Amino acid sequence: MTDAWSFFLFAAFVDNMPLTLFLGLCTFLALSRRTESAIGLGIAMTGVLGVTVPLNHLIYQGLLAPGTWAWAGQPDLDLSYLSLIAFIGVIAATVQLLEMLLDRFFPAIHAAFGVFLPLLTVQCAILAGSLFMVERNYTLGQSTIFGLGSGVGFAVAVVMLSAIRTRLAYADLPAGLRGLGIAFILTGLMSLGFASFAQMAAAP
Amino acid sequence: MTARTAFWTTLTDPLIRQNPVTLQILGICSALAVTTSLATALTMSVSLTVVLTLAAGVISLIRRHIPDTIRLIVQIVIVASLVIVIDQILQAYFAQISRALSVYVGLITTNCLVLGRTEAYARYHPPLPSMVDAFGNGLGYSLVLIIIGAIRELFGRGQLFGHQVLPLADAGGWFTPLSLMLLAPSAFFLLGGLVWAVRSVRPEQVEAPEFAPPPRPEAAE
Repeated sequence: MTDAWSFFLFAAFVDNMPLTLFLGLCTFLALSRRTESAIGLGIAMTGVLGVTVPLNHLIYQGLLAPGTWAWAGQPDLDLSYLSLIAFIGVIAATVQLLEMLLDRFFPAIHAAFGVFLPLLTVQCAILAGSLFMVERNYTLGQSTIFGLGSGVGFAVAVVMLSAIRTRLAYADLPAGLRGLGIAFILTGLMSLGFASFAQMAAAP
Repeated sequence: MTARTAFWTTLTDPLIRQNPVTLQILGICSALAVTTSLATALTMSVSLTVVLTLAAGVISLIRRHIPDTIRLIVQIVIVASLVIVIDQILQAYFAQISRALSVYVGLITTNCLVLGRTEAYARYHPPLPSMVDAFGNGLGYSLVLIIIGAIRELFGRGQLFGHQVLPLADAGGWFTPLSLMLLAPSAFFLLGGLVWAVRSVRPEQVEAPEFAPPPRPEAAE
């Protein structure tokens, strides 16, 4: 139990997707102007990551990993180079399914998400969740926790950035720094803060 | 003659005036993660430019046959196949760099820059202009990556392409490496500074303020 919890914290804070791994920055910066859209994005990310990472784990271990076709007389068959196409297909299908389910059963939530849901198909952080799962050899349980944890980490980071940026609307910035420039520098400062989590994890 | 100038503008516009990274916030994800050394930044730039140019060419060739409703899936599958080819080539011939790039080569698939260009340009234009546009955007992306990669490697390790340029203090020289340059935050600071620099040179890129203070009473008099 404590192991699972500390792994969850590791995925959410130490390996924070946007701030330490630079993943999903496009949507991270584009949707952090308003707090409401940031919260919506955070929830959607957690949901999609929590579903796709374990699902891709099953597909990879069951169909693509080297040696899985041994029972069919093909022990040397290695399909792992197909994983990219398989993962992106699963992600696109999951996002589509999630959108249809929300539209059918929770139209209010669906309306609140608006355009973000389909955009998540091409979110680097979501594909990266599955790729890291393969690279680091997570088990099914670990990949579920990893998916949920990194989604929550993304949500925390994007809501924090949006809170700071709403305040910044009233700041008198140099003209060239307005908007994108200051958003980068803010992200850098937040990333410095999150780097201290890595230090805490490294210390016993 | 006019056709040639049009080509030239399509090619050179994305370098600074319409730079995909500093102006359009496209493709930043990978731009920052791989810039701790110049060699990885260069490999990433070349891979992305190749994928982008080929994808734009292929998609533009079949642009009249792609049904509108499933176009995203078609585009992603084309891009993903090209990325798999590049990834396999890198693993076969540049194993060390491929390990350093880790998952980021695979992430070219979801790089917003690739889908952004195929969505916005290749879908409506014939193959040749699309490929020129894609190549120009790839160069603009590469320019940013190489600048940031060079600064981070030079000040973080005193090296360029792995060769010692600045003599280190440990080895009897004068340069003490700034280890912050190798960590995540410095990439954000450098890119923020780069955006500031570009916008100071080209003020037309400056974003409008979201909120303007009311005029002071004495100024109104």
